[in-house]
Amino acid sequence: QGKFTLLRDTRTDGSFLVHHFLSFYLRAGCKVCFVALLQSFSHYSIVAQKLGVSLAAAKERGQLVFLEGLKSCLDLLFGKEEQPGQPSPLQFLSTSDLRALFDFVRVSLSATDGDSWKGPVLLVDDLSVLLSLGAAPVAVLDFIHYCRVCVCCQLKGNVVVLVHSNEGSEDEENELVVNSLCHHSDLILWAEGLATGFCKDVHGQIKIIKRLSLRQAAEPDLVQIYQYKIQDRNVSFFARGLSAAVL
Amino acid sequence: ELPAPLLDDSHGKELGDGAAAVKSEDFQDSMKIAWRYQNLPKMEVSPTTHTKFGHYYDISKKMSPELCQSVKLHSFYLHEELPFEPTMKTWNMNSGYARLLQSIQRIISQEGFDGSDPQKKQRNVLRIGIQSLGSILWGDDVCCSDAPEDPQSLTKFLYVLRGLLRKSLSACIITVPAHLIQNKAIMERVTNLSDMVVGLESFIGSERETNPLYKDYHGLVHVHQIPRLNSLICDVSDTKDLAFRLKRKQFTIERLHLPPDLSDTVSRASKQDLAGSAKLLSSGCGAMAIGKKHLDF
Repeated sequence: QGKFTLLRDTRTDGSFLVHHFLSFYLRAGCKVCFVALLQSFSHYSIVAQKLGVSLAAAKERGQLVFLEGLKSCLDLLFGKEEQPGQPSPLQFLSTSDLRALFDFVRVSLSATDGDSWKGPVLLVDDLSVLLSLGAAPVAVLDFIHYCRVCVCCQLKGNVVVLVHSNEGSEDEENELVVNSLCHHSDLILWAEGLATGFCKDVHGQIKIIKRLSLRQAAEPDLVQIYQYKIQDRNVSFFARGLSAAVL
Repeated sequence: ELPAPLLDDSHGKELGDGAAAVKSEDFQDSMKIAWRYQNLPKMEVSPTTHTKFGHYYDISKKMSPELCQSVKLHSFYLHEELPFEPTMKTWNMNSGYARLLQSIQRIISQEGFDGSDPQKKQRNVLRIGIQSLGSILWGDDVCCSDAPEDPQSLTKFLYVLRGLLRKSLSACIITVPAHLIQNKAIMERVTNLSDMVVGLESFIGSERETNPLYKDYHGLVHVHQIPRLNSLICDVSDTKDLAFRLKRKQFTIERLHLPPDLSDTVSRASKQDLAGSAKLLSSGCGAMAIGKKHLDF
């Protein structure tokens, strides 16, 4: 409850973590607001089906609020005049202002009468795109801060956010956002491609960092490292060096 | 100025003969010393040796005008376009890119590629080609300045284009003069906003031109990213080291492999050179330069 989880990937694609959390929270009966900036609804829907969850059905029963960024930006730029008082959540494409996006999140997750869902969840895929679309790094951090206050503190829900980072990256704005978020996260799941390059049986390693130091000073963070292999319908995790191909 | 396609079968026949010659060697003397390797397939240098895949063009000839006219072709030349009409909304983007997006969206909706008009049943896919995106030809200074005026125009353009492609029956291939973009952060963002990213690195003008390892090729092909769509997994091939060769009638992409080291008088220095290049080669997608310190044969 009230936790901020940061998903991070380096040298690989960490989107499998997003798919996992989406189906996990929906199956747990939580109300989910998914800000999907990079892929279409059908992409997530097809993968979710392989993981045993129907996104269309979840949307139908009001459990899932899905913001399809790609579609909304087309509506904003090519669509008809928007109604006054209902700014598009993708407003920041024109104005670099993320407030409309935050309002969208807040309204989606606020409890309404007749809601029986357990705990609200905000899921964002992915935050690094906001920088490419005109938002300043400080604005992105402010947006996340507002979301945390609203979702984690006021609504006692969870927030899960994906960011990309690269070693030796020259994208200073992105590095600033990622480092800052790392400091404020309760849990960090860091998917990294293997340093030795591509391998058929081990797709990468995942570092799980439980930031105990955040809640209690002088408590060291708990770090666990596993390797993983992504399959069609699930991801298998194993201790380092003990992939099935080796045993 | 498109190259003429090779429509006759003569080229196919050339390939076929070559393939047949290779096959007949397989049945000759069975191996005596290396008998364990007897049943392994011969190293396939080029995936097209046995099948005809893709289209073939003769670069020395031009495409016939009749062929060009028989196909519905839309072109966009920035300097011939009308000035940008901002309508009521501000796009906050380089006007060249904004005009291009408007033009693409207009074609998609008029020709029915977005399925909006049930009358127009599109059986075909709209193929879009954009050349030299980011260059000064599009009014963007991201290629000529280290601190461009509006670095986000390019990435915003790609995002909106992505939206248009996802919502219609279309595919797009874009070329970007990456060697001119000094701000590497922009290239990282461009990569993240793309589904598939392939880099071509020419040997001309670089020290690799004289490296004996590369003497048969004109450049390297780097696959930086492959699409992972509608699935958890993606189709990563085993081969990471690809090189290209441009001949008059063929542009081929082949697996790069070290020629056998047959000389016994090779000096130590050059052996290290080759080994060093080999380490760089095998380090896999996206980890090109880092591989050197981790591979220890």
